[in-house]
Amino acid sequence: MIVPLNTHRPRLVVIGNGMAGARLVEDVLAADPLKFEIVVFGEEPYGNYNRILLSNVLNGSQDAKDIFLNPLSWYAEHGVTLHAGQRVTEVDTVQRIVRAGEREVTYDAVVFATGSRPFVPPVPGTTHHGVFVFRTIDDCENIASYAEGKKKAVVIGGGLLGLEAAKGLLAHNLEVTVVERSPWLMAMQLDEAGGKVLQETIEALGIRVRVDTGTAEIVGPGSVTGVKYEDGTLDETDLVVISAGIRPNVELARAAGVAVERAIVVDDQLRTNVEHVYAVGECVQHNGMIYGLVAPLWDQTKALAQQLTGVGPTACYTGSKIATKLKVMGVELASMGVIRDLQPTDEVVVFSEPRRRVYWKAIIREGRVNAACLLGDLGPADDVMTLFQRGGAVPERRLELFFTAGSQRKETSYADLADSHQVCDCNGVSKKTICDAIRAEKCTLPAIGKATRAGTGCGSCKKVIKGLIEAVAGDVAADPSENYYVPAVPLDKPALLAEVRKRSLKSVSAVLRELGDGSADEKSKMGLSSLLHSVWNEEFVDERDARYINDRLHGNIQKDGTFSVIPRIPGGVTTADALIRFGEVAKKYNVPMVKITGSQRIDLLGVQKEDLPGVWRDLGMPSGHAYTKAYRMCKTCVGTEFCRFGTNDSTGLGIAIENRFQGFEFPAKVKMAVSGCPRNCAEATVKDVGIIAGEGGEWEIVIGGGAGASVRKADVLCRVSSKEEAIQMTGRFLIYYRENAKWLERTYDFVPRIGLSKIIDIIVNDSLGLGEWLDQEVQKTVNAFVDPWTEANVPAYPGQFDAGRSIPLNVLSS
Amino acid sequence: MIRLCVLDEIPLGMARPFVVGGTKIAIYRTREEQVFAVADRCPHKGGPLSDGMLAGDQIVCPLHAFRFDRNSGSCDQPHVCPVTAYPVSVQNGIVSVDM
Repeated sequence: MIVPLNTHRPRLVVIGNGMAGARLVEDVLAADPLKFEIVVFGEEPYGNYNRILLSNVLNGSQDAKDIFLNPLSWYAEHGVTLHAGQRVTEVDTVQRIVRAGEREVTYDAVVFATGSRPFVPPVPGTTHHGVFVFRTIDDCENIASYAEGKKKAVVIGGGLLGLEAAKGLLAHNLEVTVVERSPWLMAMQLDEAGGKVLQETIEALGIRVRVDTGTAEIVGPGSVTGVKYEDGTLDETDLVVISAGIRPNVELARAAGVAVERAIVVDDQLRTNVEHVYAVGECVQHNGMIYGLVAPLWDQTKALAQQLTGVGPTACYTGSKIATKLKVMGVELASMGVIRDLQPTDEVVVFSEPRRRVYWKAIIREGRVNAACLLGDLGPADDVMTLFQRGGAVPERRLELFFTAGSQRKETSYADLADSHQVCDCNGVSKKTICDAIRAEKCTLPAIGKATRAGTGCGSCKKVIKGLIEAVAGDVAADPSENYYVPAVPLDKPALLAEVRKRSLKSVSAVLRELGDGSADEKSKMGLSSLLHSVWNEEFVDERDARYINDRLHGNIQKDGTFSVIPRIPGGVTTADALIRFGEVAKKYNVPMVKITGSQRIDLLGVQKEDLPGVWRDLGMPSGHAYTKAYRMCKTCVGTEFCRFGTNDSTGLGIAIENRFQGFEFPAKVKMAVSGCPRNCAEATVKDVGIIAGEGGEWEIVIGGGAGASVRKADVLCRVSSKEEAIQMTGRFLIYYRENAKWLERTYDFVPRIGLSKIIDIIVNDSLGLGEWLDQEVQKTVNAFVDPWTEANVPAYPGQFDAGRSIPLNVLSS
Repeated sequence: MIRLCVLDEIPLGMARPFVVGGTKIAIYRTREEQVFAVADRCPHKGGPLSDGMLAGDQIVCPLHAFRFDRNSGSCDQPHVCPVTAYPVSVQNGIVSVDM
């Protein structure tokens, strides 16, 4: 059967439906959907799937159906003819015919995307039952079903794929041994020291590793029973996975008269030596290089698609710099360039921290990063990788390649990333591409994945993509409700504040009536109540029904309906008299638990609602606001007062801060700390605002830290030289946060969302000229402070502290 | 009907607890001056519904924010019993409940 040439459109035949072949089809369709009639041959009877995720299928963490990039239906929808499960047997480059058994398809252009196959070493026994390679979905399923009830497995090959296979087998409760011929693991990406570090990490997971070990024979008969090594030793095993490298599939091309060396030779246009015949992917040798990672494939398919469709006739592929981040069995690894490529004139920079199994190495050639591997902790990986990709000059002090001089390296906020920063390494998608998609209203992970492919590979960049959606969508308001301060009022915070001020809306019900969408959920009411209080201070019309019970009774409700009472103890400094009072009050009101809190205060737990006014009065101390979205407290160390090491008066500053900011309401709670020396005993680096004394009377202010459900180290805002300045900067930041944060958004989400550099600009450099206004807002809020516990004497509404009047049934019935 | 209190003893937009013949109830008074009563015990973990907030037609328990329809007493969460709702009347500023 001969399929006739389409008279209208030239026909493009793609041989291979793996990651390169299918991607090429997508790129061609994206460039010009009507240019070609496209026919794809795929050996596997499936659509196209993400081979990178196969180990997840093997270890059971992902289902095979979840790793498909393009299911069969996709081809039909896009008018692409897919011959799945059909192996091409011949390409006639003279008559321009592709043959797959009986089927013949003529072509105007043909692309070899035949990929590669596992290399099976020529040792006896590889055909025994229970010996597998690891390359396809079927391999995964066969291994998984064979592993059922087995005890031991040997993986031959300690490269990336071999280790992935070992990890998958571990999930099937097998004793796994990895055997590597080279003297260390992942010899392609790591040097010997790095390989040893990786080996230790993997052994700690319970995998046996044998390096420097060649395989001599797989022992049978029939089913595998063991592996015999070249040194004569033997491991008993029930299952063998061979992962000893890959070999390009070139036989078909070679038979067609296409030039083949180690792989199919192509030029910068991805052309072979035969007219109308092209090649992409792992089966290609370009400029002497064969690439086995996905990123170069994307560059190749893109260039070829541009050229074939005529959209970019001069599009070229000029080779790829191999840089990749991987996670092998939970070990993070970044690899770039060829680490074995070491010349006598090269400089080598190495950092190793054996206890944490961290190992960093960079090879510098002529002042540029030529290769590097980082293992265990990828702190500097992005920076090194950027230098490598761009060929940028390495810092003169070489150690700055890994360690930014002087201060600690700051976590880059998503907004601060360069546009060209590659976010999705699997698909080679830059920050700019993703941000463009977000601006085109692709504001969810799946939508971004569909539009740009970002996040559809290994998925490790999803967190960054989410961050970008957050950062960018904030500007364009693509899904506006995301940016509402509270759900019931369809306005973002700046717009809401502007309306509130313009219309002089001073109560929650007024805002809901004039600006609301008709709903009135409790969270919106709480958020508005807090916001209006900060805007109007004394003028705020305080509707108590818009407050949560904690804010009506100025205590934290407990599981049994009782309350906790935590007064202020500024700086955690108390007195004998105060402690006696605590004791007396606890006795008088039968307080079931008196507890020292984690924030240097004393908590009376289990106080009955009706006892609250009495407890407050008898304590004679102000409220600690430990129940509300407000300034909570400022933890301090002893500082110079008593400590032998203290360099500054942290307790004094902490108390001053407490006295100034008590009662300030915020979108979420705000915790602070002041440490008197860099030993940081007050743990200031995990507070919303932390202050740490340095040498020479300096204070370093850090913001956006937290140590609750998630832990985030605070970023350095600035250094100041006096307590007064420290208090002023703190106040400015707090008001800026109060004005711009969403309801319930903690500073550790707020700071990365806005971007540290922007915050420094506004708060420290006063780039918007807000400084004075921020100071005034602080002062206004200070002036308006009223201790809520004074309501002990004048209840704010009827029945505020009423536990429930008892009404006997028989007396008052009518 | 059992007389409870005068209307003004119930704070606007909030509830006031009563113990009627040993049963705890919460009497709510909305900003639209509607009055209704439910058992003052969340079927989930026993939270005091009189300390809750109103969200439209729902009462929100202060402990875990389970929501109950103020008329039917049904909960927005699956597998949670409804809370008992009691008929209320307000006449001449006097609030009474039928139990």
